[in-house]
Amino acid sequence: MIPLAALAVLLAALVFVRPADRLRGVGVPPVERLTVERTVLRPGGILLSILNDGPDPVTIAQVSVDDAYWSFTADRGTTLKHLGRTQLTIPYPWVDGEAHTIKLLTSTGTAFEHEVAVATPTPQPDAQYFVTFTLIGLYVGVLPVAAGLLWFPFMRRLGRTGLDVLLALTVGLLVFLLVDTTHEGLDAAARLPDSYQGVALFASGAAAAYLVLEWVGAVLRTRRTHERTAGAPGAILALLVAIGIGLHNLGEGLAIGAAFTLGEAALGTLLIVGFTLHNTTEGLAIVAPLARERPPLAMLLRLGLIGGVPTIAGAWIGGLFYSAVLGVLFLGLGAGAIAQVVLQISRQIAGPQTIGERLTSVPVLSGLAAGFAVMYVTGMLVG
Amino acid sequence: MAPTVGLTRRAWMRLVGAGAAAAAPLARSPHGAAAQGSGPGAPPPLPHAAHAMGPVGRVTSDAINPTAFLRTWNFADLPPEKRAEYYRETRRPDGSLLREYRLVAVDREIEIAPGVFFPAWTFNGQVPGPTLRATEGDRVRVTFVNEASHPHTIHFHGWHPPEMDGSLPEHQVVPGGQFVYEFDADPFGLHLYHCHAAPLKRHIHKGLYGAFIVDPRGGRPPADELVMVMNGFDTNFDADNEVYAVNTIAHHYTHEPIVVGVGALVRLYVVNVTEFDLVNSLHLHGMFFTVNRTGTTLTGGEVTDTVMLCQGERAILETRFRFPGLFMFHAHQSEFAELGWMGLFEAVGVRRDT
Repeated sequence: MIPLAALAVLLAALVFVRPADRLRGVGVPPVERLTVERTVLRPGGILLSILNDGPDPVTIAQVSVDDAYWSFTADRGTTLKHLGRTQLTIPYPWVDGEAHTIKLLTSTGTAFEHEVAVATPTPQPDAQYFVTFTLIGLYVGVLPVAAGLLWFPFMRRLGRTGLDVLLALTVGLLVFLLVDTTHEGLDAAARLPDSYQGVALFASGAAAAYLVLEWVGAVLRTRRTHERTAGAPGAILALLVAIGIGLHNLGEGLAIGAAFTLGEAALGTLLIVGFTLHNTTEGLAIVAPLARERPPLAMLLRLGLIGGVPTIAGAWIGGLFYSAVLGVLFLGLGAGAIAQVVLQISRQIAGPQTIGERLTSVPVLSGLAAGFAVMYVTGMLVG
Repeated sequence: MAPTVGLTRRAWMRLVGAGAAAAAPLARSPHGAAAQGSGPGAPPPLPHAAHAMGPVGRVTSDAINPTAFLRTWNFADLPPEKRAEYYRETRRPDGSLLREYRLVAVDREIEIAPGVFFPAWTFNGQVPGPTLRATEGDRVRVTFVNEASHPHTIHFHGWHPPEMDGSLPEHQVVPGGQFVYEFDADPFGLHLYHCHAAPLKRHIHKGLYGAFIVDPRGGRPPADELVMVMNGFDTNFDADNEVYAVNTIAHHYTHEPIVVGVGALVRLYVVNVTEFDLVNSLHLHGMFFTVNRTGTTLTGGEVTDTVMLCQGERAILETRFRFPGLFMFHAHQSEFAELGWMGLFEAVGVRRDT
């Protein structure tokens, strides 16, 4: 208790004495930082959600849109403390399909610009919207994964080498996803307000997902050893892969839902087709570990749902409660989960050999390369 | 399908990650177009706003009262004993006046738009600085005291010897120092004064300027005379003005129209000290005025409703209001107008054709 009490005293002293203020001196302008978290365009006006992610309080004195001072109201006042939020309602007659620049002028004259690249009305969540999200989640997540599961009969006819190639192909696919997710996650993290420490958030998410999946795997294996019943090693691995891919798809769904809600991008059919094709390979990854076993149909179905349904959940969350912070966290979870799955499958391919020895065989290397290439090419369709 | 071509997966994800609008321009897809109708998720409109245009609120501090500034020169707004500290006039043998001024450079934060504070450099605590007004041939003696944090000068437009120019490095008056500028008021016209210390751009746009009127001997016909200094403020120091105005406060005369009499001669002394923008202008609605550029003639020239002035240029405008009511005036650079340089005249009286 004594160390804690001492710490409390020290913190109190720092707060009251403010030694750092001596360094800042008198009359040094405050550090002002405002972030626009969300833009909503409605007929007759623009709504901006503002966050103060700087250390000092900020007062929004005036708002100009396209270089014209405009009236506005703020639902929680115009003075924002550190991490304070407010929503500005600006009755500006924006023009459909055109760009607008909104400038927030603080009491010190500091200006924060925010661009609406293409003005279109932001959709409002309603029942039909919900259904649309569900459908998109099905198209992009569940159906492709299910289609991927149909590889199963083909896989059962493969020999040891063929199966290894297939598993290696899966690893290739997943490594690509890992790289891609990490890239997106770090990108998104870099754009978060500094206070959220995006990269640390991403890393925490990744570590958490990785460790939880390790733990789940360990628990399942222990149970199997004890009960000597349910599921061969392949079944456990398939489940882990399904969970990992599910977490990844949650992030994907979140992205889709958010894009709709933010009103920044309208999804084209081409985009959905690309995602769908891209995700078909995920079903393959889930069933590959089961090739040597005889899983009941219900089990396959369940695995498919675990891998695909999170897309729908993600779309809902993204569409209804999107936040950039959540986006980074989910991308982190996805990355950690995929990393764990990659390791699991690599172990299975290796068997008694070390991973290094086994992975460097020609068939396995070809499988890895092929998996990566498949993702790269299908990825090109959407980007 | 063409609209989706520009929408890459990476750009899309980036967009989503940002949770914000800044992104590569995205073309609208058919889905987006559908959303604008009454389809799913069509957003409800905002309630109609009657007075959407212009800044919010009113300036509350009293660093300058633009309404009083219009008709104030030679510190006439101060009570006599206080005025004597800053302005004295003494009759000289030839009948002209010796006019002695005291101008003090001080740093002062001023409110230039409601809630927006600008760390100004001022003459006598106000922006624009006090309007100085003399008659052709008067002796002008300005004691300049620098109580600010940087070296400053006063550079007058008008005839004067080079040592009175306040422009070369050796002319700079360091903080705590003072200098006496002395010259004859010549020629008659509408001039200005401003700090000429380097860097010039900053010293001017921070607020060190004012109008300097020299009347012709015998004066001009009596009129309702108004001083208007067109200025701008670069509040975030990016060499671009955030706020524009006449006499400093954005939209001041929109809230407090300038009251003039119908049929009376109105004379505007318009000075352009806007920095960063090449030109500024004044456009008066519903009527015309005579332009007397630099005010150096007694007659004036073109009749127009819009006059353009370069940086540092000025003009005397004369007109009579025909109709009672509100007349808007503003820069005809619409951008400046909507960033604060806009106001109203309120003409009172009955209609008189002029």
